[in-house]
Amino acid sequence: MSTARSKLSIQAVSKRFQASGGEVHALDEVSLEVKDGEFVCLVGPSGCGKSTLLNLIAGLDRADQGQILADDQVITGPGPDRLVMFQESALFPWLDVMDNVLFGLKRKQCMPKKELRDLAMHYLRLVGLERFAHASVHELSGGMKQRVALARALAPKPRVLLMDEPFAALDAMTREQLYGDLQRIWEECKKTIVFVTHNVREAVCLGDRVVLFSPHPGRIREQFEIHLPRSRDINDVHLAEHAALITQALKSHAQAGARTVDGKEVA
Amino acid sequence: MKRTLNIVLFFLALLVAWELCVRARVWPKVLLPSPLKVGEYLGAAAADGTLLSASWVTLKRLLLGYVAGIALGVPLGLLCARFKYAQDTLGTMALGLQTLPSVCWAPLALLWFGQTEWAVFFITFMGSLWSIALAVEGGVRNVPPIYARAARTMGSRGLHTWIFVALPAALPFVVSGMKQGWAFAWRSLMAAEIYVTILTGFGLGHLLHYGRELNAMEQVIAIMLLIVGIGLLVDRLLFLPWERFMHRRWGLSG
Repeated sequence: MSTARSKLSIQAVSKRFQASGGEVHALDEVSLEVKDGEFVCLVGPSGCGKSTLLNLIAGLDRADQGQILADDQVITGPGPDRLVMFQESALFPWLDVMDNVLFGLKRKQCMPKKELRDLAMHYLRLVGLERFAHASVHELSGGMKQRVALARALAPKPRVLLMDEPFAALDAMTREQLYGDLQRIWEECKKTIVFVTHNVREAVCLGDRVVLFSPHPGRIREQFEIHLPRSRDINDVHLAEHAALITQALKSHAQAGARTVDGKEVA
Repeated sequence: MKRTLNIVLFFLALLVAWELCVRARVWPKVLLPSPLKVGEYLGAAAADGTLLSASWVTLKRLLLGYVAGIALGVPLGLLCARFKYAQDTLGTMALGLQTLPSVCWAPLALLWFGQTEWAVFFITFMGSLWSIALAVEGGVRNVPPIYARAARTMGSRGLHTWIFVALPAALPFVVSGMKQGWAFAWRSLMAAEIYVTILTGFGLGHLLHYGRELNAMEQVIAIMLLIVGIGLLVDRLLFLPWERFMHRRWGLSG
């Protein structure tokens, strides 16, 4: 079977939603293989189903058709082997930074308190926030919150890390810093990452592979392998060239999509 | 320090204005006694133990009704937040009964329980129950769904999610609901004590009531001041620590 070496195997997955404007065909027979340790970026305009796919992998939603395998096991619900980082940090404001990181850890690992705390501290150090272990969430900046969220997601050692536009709400400076950190951490931890974004440069900067989606219905259009050396700088010229190429492809698919929409007089 | 001084000055000015009104005979003396007279009554009533025993009787009733209101109101609110059917039925009922001024329970309570402690308890309980239930329901419903989603991905399920995510997330709303419930219980109890004359205990509401019967205006005003004072004190002792904690943790202004 071709899935033998895949960390994630998405097999002909379809998903429809009932919306006020009628039925939305969020995903139409989407198939995708993600290798162990691979960093895959899903890119596309809003409504192309990339976030829907992420929710399906997370097990927060169920596919209408098809199935998703993680390590050859069918996903039936959420689990700490696939942790999610959301656009908003989703940190719990009633817990301090340390207890936030411990939340997922406690659910997965049964070990003495001391060791749990040491483990949580290790991941806080990894994201550079060990000094803020006892800070309240509201005292942190947006970038720091996402760092804590990253530590919280990494700590229970998930097989796959799912990231849903985690840097979209941050300012450019903070974002650039986090691109560097995320690449470093990814190389250290050797995680499999599925990263959703609508920012093509971000995708090229981070991904081994960029998967291009188009909407109505949500489908995979094209895939691009990115062979640029690590660690990549978002302002690099070669990176910009790759991004330009993909952006062009994105636009042509969007126009093609718009034509069919006009043809059916849906819009 | 300067802030405290300004506050004290404001209330002193208020007292002076009051005294001036009395001296200028704006109202007859029986209707507006001087602050000194009111103070004299407070001193005398405090000395002979009237105030202490009345406050004690009242606070005991209040605590009983309020704690019962919380004990039933919090689960009721959670039930309404969790089950759509409970929200449609019990929730609607709570909304309706919350709009009913608590003094409207007095005739019913009197007929059901007679002039007993139970009547007073019932009115206080009914006065606080619904607002607590509604605040808890609204609080849990207002919790951003992202918290529950994040918790689910980290392996939290069912009861664990409720205890460790939904409840703490709703804490600011629950505390403000309790505060509101407290205010309602306090109002209800005063209504009950003024309308329900019972012999098992002489509360502040009764003192107020008999002040009117005896045309003792200084008693009426003194007891009103005492009721305001107790209200403020409880707010500081019972709720301020919670609000401080939430301010520190959530960064909410409280």
